[in-house]
Amino acid sequence: MIAFLAKRLAVGFATLLASSVIVFFVLEVLPGDPARIMLGMNASPETLAALRLEMGLDRPIPIRYLDWIMGLAIGDFGRSYTYSSTVMDLILERLGVSLPLAVIALTLSTLIAIPVGVFAAARRGRAADTITMGAAQVGVAIPNFWFALLLIYVFAVGLRLVPAGGFPGWGETLADNWQALKALILPAVALALPQAAILARVTRSAMVDVMGEDYIRTARAKGMPHRTVLWRHALRNALIPVLTIMGLQFAFLLAGTIIIENVFYLPGLGRLIFQAIIQRDLIVVEGVLMLLVATIILINLAVDICYALIDPRLRLSR
Amino acid sequence: MKRFSTMLGAAMVLLATSTAALSARTDLVLGVVLEPPHLDPTAGAAAAIDEIVYANIFEGLTRIGPSGQVMPALAESWEISEDGKTYTFHLREGVTFHDGTTFDAEDVKFTLERAMAEDSTNAQKSLFAAIETVEVVDAATVTVKLAHPQGSFLYNMGWGDAVIVAPESELENREKPVGTGPFKFHRWAKGSAVTLVANPDYWGEPVALEKVEFRFIPDAAASVTALLSGDVHAFSNMQAGDALPQIEADPRFKVVIGSTEGETILAMNNGKAPFDDIRVRKAISHALDREEIILGATAGNGVPIGSHFSPANEAYVDLTGTYPHDLDKAKELLAEAGLADGFSATLKLPPPPYARDGGEIIASQLREIGIQLEIVPMEWAQWLEQVFSNKDYDLTVISHTEPNDIEIYARDDYYFNYDNPELKSVMAELDRTADPAKRNELYGQAQRIIAEDAVNGFLFQLPKTGVWDARIEGLWENSPIQANDLTKVRWTE
Amino acid sequence: MSLDPVFVPTPKRNFFLRALHNRSFLIGLIVTGSIALMALVSFFWVPYDITRLEVANRMQGISLSHPFGTDHMGRDILSMIMVGSRNSIAVAIVAVGLGMGLGVPLGTWAAARGGLPDDLLMRFNDVIFAFPALISALMITAIFGPGAVNAIIAIGIFNVPVFARIARAGALALWPREFILAARACGKGRLVITIEHILPNIASLLLVQGTIQFALGILAEAGLSYLGLGAQPPMPSWGRMLFDAQTRIALAPHLALFPGLAIAITVLGLNLLGDGLRDLLDPRLRHTR
Repeated sequence: MIAFLAKRLAVGFATLLASSVIVFFVLEVLPGDPARIMLGMNASPETLAALRLEMGLDRPIPIRYLDWIMGLAIGDFGRSYTYSSTVMDLILERLGVSLPLAVIALTLSTLIAIPVGVFAAARRGRAADTITMGAAQVGVAIPNFWFALLLIYVFAVGLRLVPAGGFPGWGETLADNWQALKALILPAVALALPQAAILARVTRSAMVDVMGEDYIRTARAKGMPHRTVLWRHALRNALIPVLTIMGLQFAFLLAGTIIIENVFYLPGLGRLIFQAIIQRDLIVVEGVLMLLVATIILINLAVDICYALIDPRLRLSR
Repeated sequence: MKRFSTMLGAAMVLLATSTAALSARTDLVLGVVLEPPHLDPTAGAAAAIDEIVYANIFEGLTRIGPSGQVMPALAESWEISEDGKTYTFHLREGVTFHDGTTFDAEDVKFTLERAMAEDSTNAQKSLFAAIETVEVVDAATVTVKLAHPQGSFLYNMGWGDAVIVAPESELENREKPVGTGPFKFHRWAKGSAVTLVANPDYWGEPVALEKVEFRFIPDAAASVTALLSGDVHAFSNMQAGDALPQIEADPRFKVVIGSTEGETILAMNNGKAPFDDIRVRKAISHALDREEIILGATAGNGVPIGSHFSPANEAYVDLTGTYPHDLDKAKELLAEAGLADGFSATLKLPPPPYARDGGEIIASQLREIGIQLEIVPMEWAQWLEQVFSNKDYDLTVISHTEPNDIEIYARDDYYFNYDNPELKSVMAELDRTADPAKRNELYGQAQRIIAEDAVNGFLFQLPKTGVWDARIEGLWENSPIQANDLTKVRWTE
Repeated sequence: MSLDPVFVPTPKRNFFLRALHNRSFLIGLIVTGSIALMALVSFFWVPYDITRLEVANRMQGISLSHPFGTDHMGRDILSMIMVGSRNSIAVAIVAVGLGMGLGVPLGTWAAARGGLPDDLLMRFNDVIFAFPALISALMITAIFGPGAVNAIIAIGIFNVPVFARIARAGALALWPREFILAARACGKGRLVITIEHILPNIASLLLVQGTIQFALGILAEAGLSYLGLGAQPPMPSWGRMLFDAQTRIALAPHLALFPGLAIAITVLGLNLLGDGLRDLLDPRLRHTR
């Protein structure tokens, strides 16, 4: 097991390193001079040169890479070109939006998907199954940003229950925080629905697989109540693929909310990186991207380890 | 009976005013479109910086008022020498910066010399180009010597790029600006808002607002709902677009369509064939239907222009009739230029909606005379690099928002690639002229020259769609400079 | 070849009979077919010329002359959706084709060689999978500029490891089989075996995955266009139509309704088709469904 762990860790680390090389060198080819963007239209060439010197943009790329990667190793992500604060501070600030959003969306999708999936599996082949899985098919097909627009139209423009966009920021008082939370409701719902549809389908097929196993038949044969078999025995064993998908979804939610954050104009990680790309704030793009890549690698690692714990054969074959 | 009702009315008015005095709000949430990169107006060209700090946090020697006039600010008064080359500024006394340090002549000298310096990151160094020396006479007097007389010097000193900063805080101004203004910087929640609070030690008339939040809402849809829901009290320039009629109909809000300094043009690369041929440029000007462009790009609120000059300026000359919409004439001109079958070109568009929507309409209009435009949308970064710096473009749509910037047509190596000695001599004379009437006349000449030359397609003046809670007063109706001056803003009830 | 227990090629007649009884497959086929037909028709006929803007006619509601209304430039939305379908389909098909064209050779090659090339390929896959797809697509379009071609590249790149992985897994399962061993014994080379025996046997697997990736490609294209990074005007695209609709949603909600429906219906049709195909081609799954 230790050898397996060491190998997986080494592979994960190598992946991270390879990604850092790709990220840095690809980004440095981006057209558009960050110094020029900071100064705007009527800046003189001397001003521009002075700023480029100040930003360290005059040094060769490999040197800058080494500088950057050494910084990353000790948790120093550098300073943003456009905002004059550290990339770390920016990331932490934006995580204050993205993390709650991802957690709420994932919770919401789990709360919907698991009961629906179990329910459909229990009624496999019957009308209830067909209807719920049909609905799940529709849910998967709906682009989340379109769903978001419809939500805005109904709940923000029409009923005026929640704001259509923007984020007032977490505050000191309870009322402030309630306002902030309210701003996250629609985005979370828009993100959760398609995720729930996918998760429900996975739950159902995992449940169907498990329910064909001998031990479930045995439990049933022994006269255990249907409900107990379903929720206690079957679901527990079907949970592995479900958890895998949830892990991947969490990583997706943290990173892939760009469009939703754009629809609702939320100052989250996705918008940070989107704006940073547009403004050629390369150091921010690099930092956020590395953070996301590391998250995904970690989640994959955790999933692998879970599998290995359950199925010892995998430790050898990989 | 009549007397009684009068008395009752008077009593009610009295009651109303007294409760108003008790309950008038002192907080304001102002929506702005763009988040600034940082908050130091002396080290960046972004209009978003001035829109927060100008007149609120930072003040200059002079300042620009609501109708574009030059007013005294940190300089109480000044004298100009006979030859127009020496300015003596008498500074206000007892002024302190927000960090407690005192303001005096040394700060003025420091600020101007910093802006003029070789390694200065000031985005408008040309404002200071005429300055030869800055001398401190005493703590409250500064003498500025110019290399040559400059008619616009006092105006230049009123720009956001010329505000006075202290040597103690110059490095922190990007994150925590320290100025002399009536508001102090409080907090900047990145990606969401900047908050200012009233400065209790302000030297001038105290402000009515205690706390001001500038909230960044770049998205038009979000700004409409933010306003309707009361999250935001005012937009000095709202991207309301097609939702404006709905807001205008709502008695809770006041809508004021004012003017900006944003001349929106279809810029043409005068240095590149076929746009180096005046007949082609004239043909394009004739093919443009300004009315349709204004309807599609500004929901009908833009004011048509015929040259590069703001209709709100007193030196404005109406030249919109120079090239009326006339497709036959346009085709004729193209044929004269040997391009009867039209030609293909690119139209590079920066991100603002006026450019993207306007560009699409222009492409459709020019197709009528056989000009096939390939639309290339770009981010600001690419636009600045390709179009503005490298002049690698055919056509582009852009709004020039700097005030009184017709002088750009006289610049060598500007991205229009336009070169006319006649215009250059007019602009040179203007720079040497201080007499207002003479200046206006010269401005008129300049407008006519570039209109005649059809340097660019002149489209419209970008409207300033001020929308605010009907109970607020004191916000600017026009925007002669990029600023949100909140010093006179108050709630009436 | 027909001994393989995983991929049993079903007799043709039987296949069509079962296809007629597979609801997912039938609905999916009809929906996808209709969208494809709409795209084809748009080459020859659309109700209105969408390159002509009539701004004065902007944002009209649903009427007989404009069944889906007009947009903010006065164009007919039905015509926009028809022409836009070409863009969605073309981008998604070419992107999936790119992914298959590169991924399948890579995957089968890795399976045939094993050892270091296989390891390297899998590590390379790990690296690509570690990148958040949308953000990376964003970077790609930021480098090369927005446009349909760059959207294809951006979406296509992330399809390469998907197909490489599937092709490799499918091929690996086949290599130890008797009929492959027999072919090897006859002295056939790895390339020949891959072409003659492996590819035909993983084709159904690839077809199913291809359909699913096609649906994902349509969604991805819509997302990129929504952010302004897909096809550029005057070429209409469903994603950008939604973006244009957003600021006007309070005023003219129908602008947002129809392009969104078009995306959802197309993706739904493709997903149903993919599900149906899987049921038909992979008998192992038939029991569980």
